[in-house]
Amino acid sequence: MDCGGAGMSEARPSALVIGAGIAGIQAALDIANSGYRAVLVESEPSIGGHMAQLSETFPTLDCSQCILTPRTVEVGHHANIDLRTYSLVEDIRRSKDGSAFQVRIRRKAAYVDWSKCTGCGACQEKCPFKVESDFERGVGVRKVIYTLSPQAVPNKPVIDAEHCRYLISKHEIESGTVAALTKSGKPAEPKCGACAKFCPTEAIDWDQKDTYEELEVGAIVLATGFDLMSPAQLGEYGGGQLPDVVDGLAFERLLAASGPTAGRVLRPSDGQEPRNVVFIQCCGSRDPARGQPHCSKICCMYTAKQAILYKHHVHGGEATVFYIDVRAAGKGYEEFLQRAQVQEQVNYIRGKVSRVYAENGHLVVKGADTLGHRSVDVIADMVVLAMAVQPRPETRRLAEMLDLAIDDSGFLCGLDEELAPIETLQSGVFLAGTVQGPRDIPESVAQGSAAAGKVIQRLRQQGGEAAA
Amino acid sequence: MASRTYAYFPGCTLRSHAHEYERQALAAGQALGIDLVELPEWNCCGATFPLNAENVMDLIAPARVLIAGGKAGGDLVTLCAVCFHVLRRTANFLQTHPFALERLNAFVEEGPYDGQLRPRHLLEVVRDDLGWAEIRQRVTQPQAGVRLAAYYGCMLLRPGPEIGLDDPEQPSVLENLIEAVGAQATSFSHSSECCGSYLAATQPGAVERASLRVVEAARAGGAAAVITACPLCKYNLEQAQREQPEESRLPVAYFTQLLTIAFGVDAPESAPWIVGAPA
Repeated sequence: MDCGGAGMSEARPSALVIGAGIAGIQAALDIANSGYRAVLVESEPSIGGHMAQLSETFPTLDCSQCILTPRTVEVGHHANIDLRTYSLVEDIRRSKDGSAFQVRIRRKAAYVDWSKCTGCGACQEKCPFKVESDFERGVGVRKVIYTLSPQAVPNKPVIDAEHCRYLISKHEIESGTVAALTKSGKPAEPKCGACAKFCPTEAIDWDQKDTYEELEVGAIVLATGFDLMSPAQLGEYGGGQLPDVVDGLAFERLLAASGPTAGRVLRPSDGQEPRNVVFIQCCGSRDPARGQPHCSKICCMYTAKQAILYKHHVHGGEATVFYIDVRAAGKGYEEFLQRAQVQEQVNYIRGKVSRVYAENGHLVVKGADTLGHRSVDVIADMVVLAMAVQPRPETRRLAEMLDLAIDDSGFLCGLDEELAPIETLQSGVFLAGTVQGPRDIPESVAQGSAAAGKVIQRLRQQGGEAAA
Repeated sequence: MASRTYAYFPGCTLRSHAHEYERQALAAGQALGIDLVELPEWNCCGATFPLNAENVMDLIAPARVLIAGGKAGGDLVTLCAVCFHVLRRTANFLQTHPFALERLNAFVEEGPYDGQLRPRHLLEVVRDDLGWAEIRQRVTQPQAGVRLAAYYGCMLLRPGPEIGLDDPEQPSVLENLIEAVGAQATSFSHSSECCGSYLAATQPGAVERASLRVVEAARAGGAAAVITACPLCKYNLEQAQREQPEESRLPVAYFTQLLTIAFGVDAPESAPWIVGAPA
């Protein structure tokens, strides 16, 4: 069978995988390695999901980026994977006989012709404007033309139209808010354009528009992942108000060697090394009053990991963890926790925190020590909130499109949470990773593979032949 | 200026410890065209909101006030943060629990109460019915250069979803009022911490500790005075400082005094934040 060319071969059965975090990547690779085609759609400019933001993984303290990159690179080169980054699934309709799905994908305008771009990075170097980076979770900046990280797959930049000086002024001229002629009578020209001037392959395409693609697939894997609840929703902890109160992902970026501080733990307000860091678990999770009764599952372990890594980065630093109870049920997890408590001497205080406020250049963490039957005030230089794992807004839209069941917290439901957790109410639609509820990396990978197994089974039953 | 008329429930504290609060509120109201018409007959609000939902009897005192408010027509406005707290929570409860309302109405002879009144605090009237622009216009004695700590305590804000006067974690109504009269609201870490409340009756030591923390936090923010809407908070914060020499105490004033002074109703020298202010 012909594998050449970027176009889809109609005869080849294929599956759509939505979301290219570690679960979606695993599903796509397994499908592709079985000889079927996988169309992997990702809304961000590059793949890897949250795992690409992490410094190290628990309980092995592997470098996250290092163990992820072989997978992302394999996806980027795989002949059986059609990668659609910076793209969104706009519509899904089931075919009349029910066996296939018609999918409409929108690729957002990147204003860069990726077929010309060599990924040299000159544009990012020359772009004069910096904005707060979502990938750096607010503790770092990026250029207006950017890739998510130096290891990005694909390593092609996009332009953030909302902040691009050239695109803004181009729009102003075209819409008439700025006079079409300058004072000297010449036609007004958009400002800046530094990236285009320095691009050696003339890849900047100011007129690029969103493009649409229709295709047919035999199965779908939903792997749209999670978001962390915004700390701004916890006003009592100063979230969104106090710069040195950050969430778990922001702290990952401060620990990461590829992060905005090159792996030095520096607090956002003044760039000083924090001597005391307080970690607060269950921030927004296990909180029925907030409509989020679920346990976010990963926080106990990543908090222990972050406390350990912090103590490795800042010698003599004090790390204190407030917890309700510690849930360390995975393989090697309890041992890891004991290491944090005994070997690394992280202070664990059982109890909730009522407030965090600033006083005399420090943060005061008011909490309860429910084992010591007392209230405690801990002085901290930085506070890390283990914010609740939440479904992404995108997930609800897809669930409505496909008529899938959603649980109380907004995660997708498996057909049967015990015996058919991968399947859904809709035949041919499968779940992988945190779209279904909080999961850690090994579970997400296992589920990605499981979903791929279901996809392969279905495509085979439909009589489609895999490539040799 | 168009005059606005509201039914007004003073409550016991304003007729025992907090006469000044009422005088200032009525005077400031007059300057703003707010006419507070006292209920012809009223009783104590009950002073605490009963958390035992089974016992409807505990709601009779506040319900009677609500009934009187309903008969007076229009909105029912109050000043004391505790009265406001109890009345609003009782009104919410009776609105959402028809069975309790029915039982209560069977018992209270002044009724029936229709469960529809939403009692308001004067701060809400000032903010929502007038707006800060109108306050600014009224100011003849701008309090420029004065740094004040906005102190809410608990009753005015919590529980957030039920009270709904302001964001319980990041409130702004008192700060906005302070800014509207030309003063500066200081950053204040303890603006919504408890003063110790009624523990004054059983554990005075606990109140003193809680109140002194609030005072110290206000002082650390550089405030010349603490602005409050609660007679109990004011009492506790002042009592906690009674051992200190008079000149080093941090004054505590009602938000209404800020208005009477800024409007020129009261003499500028009567403001506690200028006399003996440590700022």
